[in-house]
Amino acid sequence: MTTKAIPKSTGITLTRRQRRLLNAVLYHFFVGLVGIAMVYPILWMVSASFKETADIWQNISSIWPKSLHLENYSNGWKGFGGISFTTFYKNSFIYSGFGTLFQVASSAVVAYGFARIEFSGKRICFALMLSTMMLPDQVRMIPQYILFNELGWVNSFAPLLVPRLGGAAFFIFMIIQFIRGIPTELDEAAMIDGCGKAGIFFRIILPQLTPAMITAAIFSFYWTWDDFMTPLIYLNSPKMYTVSVALRAFSDRGGGGATDWGAIFAMSTLSLLPVFIIFVAFQRYLVEGISTTGLKG
Amino acid sequence: MSNSALPATLVGSKRRVRARHWRHSNLAGYLFISPWLIGYLLFALMPILASLMLSFTNYDVLGHNILRGDWDFVGLDNFEKMFYHDYRYWKSVKATLNYVVFAVPLRLMFALAVAMLLNTKRHGVYFYRAAYYTPSVVGGSVAVALMWREIFQRDGLVNNILGTEIYWFGNPDYAMWVLVTLAVWQFGSPMLVFLAGLRQIPQDMYEAASIDGANFFQRFWRITIPLLTPIIFFNLVMQTINGFQQFTQAFIVTGGRPLDRTLLYPLYVYNRGFVSFQMGYASAMAWVLLVTIAFFTLILFASSRLWVYYQGDEGKS
Repeated sequence: MTTKAIPKSTGITLTRRQRRLLNAVLYHFFVGLVGIAMVYPILWMVSASFKETADIWQNISSIWPKSLHLENYSNGWKGFGGISFTTFYKNSFIYSGFGTLFQVASSAVVAYGFARIEFSGKRICFALMLSTMMLPDQVRMIPQYILFNELGWVNSFAPLLVPRLGGAAFFIFMIIQFIRGIPTELDEAAMIDGCGKAGIFFRIILPQLTPAMITAAIFSFYWTWDDFMTPLIYLNSPKMYTVSVALRAFSDRGGGGATDWGAIFAMSTLSLLPVFIIFVAFQRYLVEGISTTGLKG
Repeated sequence: MSNSALPATLVGSKRRVRARHWRHSNLAGYLFISPWLIGYLLFALMPILASLMLSFTNYDVLGHNILRGDWDFVGLDNFEKMFYHDYRYWKSVKATLNYVVFAVPLRLMFALAVAMLLNTKRHGVYFYRAAYYTPSVVGGSVAVALMWREIFQRDGLVNNILGTEIYWFGNPDYAMWVLVTLAVWQFGSPMLVFLAGLRQIPQDMYEAASIDGANFFQRFWRITIPLLTPIIFFNLVMQTINGFQQFTQAFIVTGGRPLDRTLLYPLYVYNRGFVSFQMGYASAMAWVLLVTIAFFTLILFASSRLWVYYQGDEGKS
């Protein structure tokens, strides 16, 4: 690389150091510029959440609000139909909290079964488990709805949470891959000491699973937090809405008067906050999670 | 462990045999996988079979009790109606194929380009990686879909920056691009997978090629791409499967308009099943989707033998 000739036609000769500096400057300029373009729409929404509604559309490309309108947040928080976002956030945290807990905990248990225990029919079960990853939601959605409707569970959290007790193929697979990387010597030592399979899981495997479980929990949380279709189908009364469904209803209410875009963007911005905080706090786990599952897939 | 009276090999083999025997247990195995197995039977296998059965009925959910049999078998009527008499169905098929054919490859190309840009040890690359991944973190949310809808309004941010006055949602030729750009913008996950793959390519290969006088494009086509094919394949399969299932963004951003040009398949299934309550018809549609996804996945797997290059077995564990 360093032996490459510098184009003579420019008439400018640069030392190697200067060239490296120029490369670095060009790199950071270009990559930084594209990076700003990437996050610009999000920044725009955040800034719109502090703007007066008229200001949003008049100075559309401006990122800086003329004046800070924090009342967008208090106005938006009031919600609609007498139900405030306190309720919607409570619902979202119930769904995402328990949903994540159920999904990750049972995925770990199931993964241990697949990774460390030999049993007849394991190959078939494993193949079936993997095949559910490509199953479109649409094909289960209708019979599941009919089932939960017959049980009288529609408009409660049960249809959202109960299926989560079975874990999720994606996380089971990820945790299996992780367990396979744990040496079996400890298992065997524990076995000789008279430890049962459940004992090995709880005392030896589970404590070492923390990184994989954190990765799974992050993904599970943010997919659940963003989930729109399931709550849309099962939660019909506004009292039960999660933030995602509420946001959509909030922005669609239309009717009389001008739409309060400041408040809508304020609530939109706020709804991204839990996911964003988790992303910043656990970035390392997230990146590793995606990279390794991708590579081993 | 400290039992030194016996030859080490003997202890090892005995222990291994015992361990293997001990490890085999049908009861424990099924006990541990029972959460998944029960979930699979109740919430995957049963629904799949039920939806196959429903696709031959005229069942609707309104006040009808499925157990009491308030429905009739109608044979292949749903499929016949779908394929021959429902012009919206074909519009939604066309919209979905349009979406998948553009959004998936564009997203992957973008992801690879950015991954190559970020595959460096320069300062600040972690910061860039976070910035480029941010749209994907928040991208699945309703909030971002709402924002996307607003920035593509006629007086919105996009027209303002481009200096155009395009009516994105009214023009049948442009509306799909709103969804495709939204998909491409969320290139984060395949980018991270590509990045991990690029790191595994031995640097000395590039150096050797450079010494032999290969330029950037030759190194890209002869080294990077062939060695990345397993990862390209993985990303392609995952993204294609996901592409066929896009719902939230189509629902919020365009709602299928204009003229059903963006009526993605899952959105149409939802409209038929949960807006018009034609659950039999929607089930028939869902089954066609299942078969379609399986078909495309099989094609990709079958084609992989022609273009995916696996390096020996050294790398495999």
